[in-house]
Amino acid sequence: MKLTSILAGAALALGLAGAATAQDKTKVGFVFVGPIGDGGWTYEHNQGRLAVEEEFGDAVETIYQENVPEGADAERVLTQMALSGADLIFTTSFGYMDPTINVAQKFPDVKFEHATGYKRADNVGTYSARFYEGRAVQGHIAGKLTESNIIGYIASFPIPEVIRGINSAYIHAKKANPDVEFKVIWAYTWFDPAKEADAAQALIEQGADVILQHTDSTAPQAAAEKAGDVYTFGQASDMAEYAPMPRVSSIIDNWAPYYIDRVQAVIDGTWESDDTWDGIGPGMVGIGEISSAVPEDVKAEALALKEAIANGDYHPFTGPLNKQDGTAWLAEGETADDGTLLGMNFYVEGLTGSIPQ
Amino acid sequence: MIRLERRPAPSRAWTVATPLLAVALTMVAGGLLFAALGKDPVAAIRTIFWDPLFNDQFAAYSRPQLLVKAGPLILIAIGLSLGFRANIWNIGAEGQYIIGAICGAGVGLAFYPSESWLVFPLMVIAGGLGGWAWAMIPAILKTRFQTNEILVSLLLVYVAEQILASMSLGLMRNPEGGGFPGSRNFQQYPAASNPELIAGTGMHWGVVAAFVAVIGAYVLLNRHMLGFHIRLTGQSPRAARFAGVRPTRLVLFCLGASGALAGLAGLFEVSGPAGQISIDFNQGYGFTAIIVAFLGRLHPVGILLAGLLMALTYIGGELAQFMLGLPAAAIQLFQGMLLFFLLGVDVLSNFRIRLGRREAA
Repeated sequence: MKLTSILAGAALALGLAGAATAQDKTKVGFVFVGPIGDGGWTYEHNQGRLAVEEEFGDAVETIYQENVPEGADAERVLTQMALSGADLIFTTSFGYMDPTINVAQKFPDVKFEHATGYKRADNVGTYSARFYEGRAVQGHIAGKLTESNIIGYIASFPIPEVIRGINSAYIHAKKANPDVEFKVIWAYTWFDPAKEADAAQALIEQGADVILQHTDSTAPQAAAEKAGDVYTFGQASDMAEYAPMPRVSSIIDNWAPYYIDRVQAVIDGTWESDDTWDGIGPGMVGIGEISSAVPEDVKAEALALKEAIANGDYHPFTGPLNKQDGTAWLAEGETADDGTLLGMNFYVEGLTGSIPQ
Repeated sequence: MIRLERRPAPSRAWTVATPLLAVALTMVAGGLLFAALGKDPVAAIRTIFWDPLFNDQFAAYSRPQLLVKAGPLILIAIGLSLGFRANIWNIGAEGQYIIGAICGAGVGLAFYPSESWLVFPLMVIAGGLGGWAWAMIPAILKTRFQTNEILVSLLLVYVAEQILASMSLGLMRNPEGGGFPGSRNFQQYPAASNPELIAGTGMHWGVVAAFVAVIGAYVLLNRHMLGFHIRLTGQSPRAARFAGVRPTRLVLFCLGASGALAGLAGLFEVSGPAGQISIDFNQGYGFTAIIVAFLGRLHPVGILLAGLLMALTYIGGELAQFMLGLPAAAIQLFQGMLLFFLLGVDVLSNFRIRLGRREAA
């Protein structure tokens, strides 16, 4: 009792006033799973936030919280953001799905946008990017570059999004180089530089000379740089500070146009819950500068592949493709439907190892 | 010249005053830190310590959340404090918390979709037993082979994390979850869920258990022979032996009790606020509880207050992050300062500060 009463007294003495801010501005909240300085996933979402500020100036106020664990804490953070008067909240990691839905039920007037999830409500929309399109380009370059024919892959969680990326990269690496073999390490984290560095090191020791990653830090780039002759790709962000070697290209998430679009819709009162899944074509997925470490002909092929995906001539999941167990999946010329892709829980034929169950 | 003179016995007044002094010093140093970051220090301190309790906009929600956040911290810290008083160092409460959650959730999931009222009590028992069993590993290794319980209990945390990942990907994965890791959500399984007992208060069974543990520990330490043995062993192991304390039994009891309480905390968390077994279910409560135990001077009532204070810095810290744009790292630094200052000013309860030259003895 004593401690709390003294604390309360101290807080009183510090002076306070009802800190009500002007509510005529549109308030947009962002919840981030990593630190905004991660150089990858969260960094790019924060760039999107800054683009919103730039675009709307004084008409919009943005707030954000970084390093929010996916679980009970997320629900509290979201509730507090909604209570603080946010009109639109972007929740930028898969694990915020249930918390977003729960909080949205309590605040029907607040709009929510959840990245990479599949649950929607009247005031909850979802959005994601077709990263697998970028993975196809990456896979092609990786298949051409590898000399050991072993490509390492640092995977995060065994969810469809990540499995899709492994499959897409493998299919196109295999096309470029039939002898290629993938070694996958599951890190069970989106952002943990120490774990990511360990994983990269383990892959290098197993003979991998190209490393792809589905985790957000630049630690694998640093590990590759130390090893010398290992190629990597920037993940989520360009990671250009590691170009031209080890980083030879990258997948860049470009959320800014989408965020600006959705904030505008809230201001105009035209916002509606929907599901957005854009790829290279609309510019949500970008391919970072292919560096001088990549031979000219490979670079030209990669750019042609990118172009074909962008204008819809080519779908990265085009048959004939079998599942890992040999059963037929896509017939000659058939392309995968979005439903199968969104729930993808199998490897394609040729990948070794199994998805953790 | 300033010098320190050891007190014959720790000062009672300072023992009570140092936590308050540490909080005050943390506010000052934290204010300087926030000012250096270009934020208004008064506003920042007010947002952390005042707004969660009294702000019109947030308080109605964040006050109950204080209990939700403090509940597991207090429950675990009470258990740890028993051992710490007897110089038995269980650093692995985080692992016992995880295993308790897994065992309890496992029982609940095994009965899905039963509607029997027995499911939840069985889960509680399984949760406590799970935590107890996990703590018995370092306990038995210590009593049989003289291993160091600090290392064994700590390293078992990482083992528990691997088991947690395996459970959420395999055995306990929600068959209707579209292939995504994580168990069924207990919030949609009434017989096994641990909801708010009275809407809008934050009170769930875990918070009730925390209060019961505080009272239980108080009675144990002050009115019971076992409590006397614990205190005596901490103060003088040799004297304790003469008084008939059996160290082996004490180690088994202290580690077992702290493991069981941590396991219960995990069970109440997984069936309540967290809702499901998932890969990153554990959020470091087991480690933060160590700070809470010391902040509360290993005293049950102190731990109760320290748990609430720690919860306040978490919830207020979150508010400060998005209201004022303070970086998450600054908030963590702020929490770290609290422990730092507490240990720093501890010197005042054991030493007297003397000004002037040393007198000839």
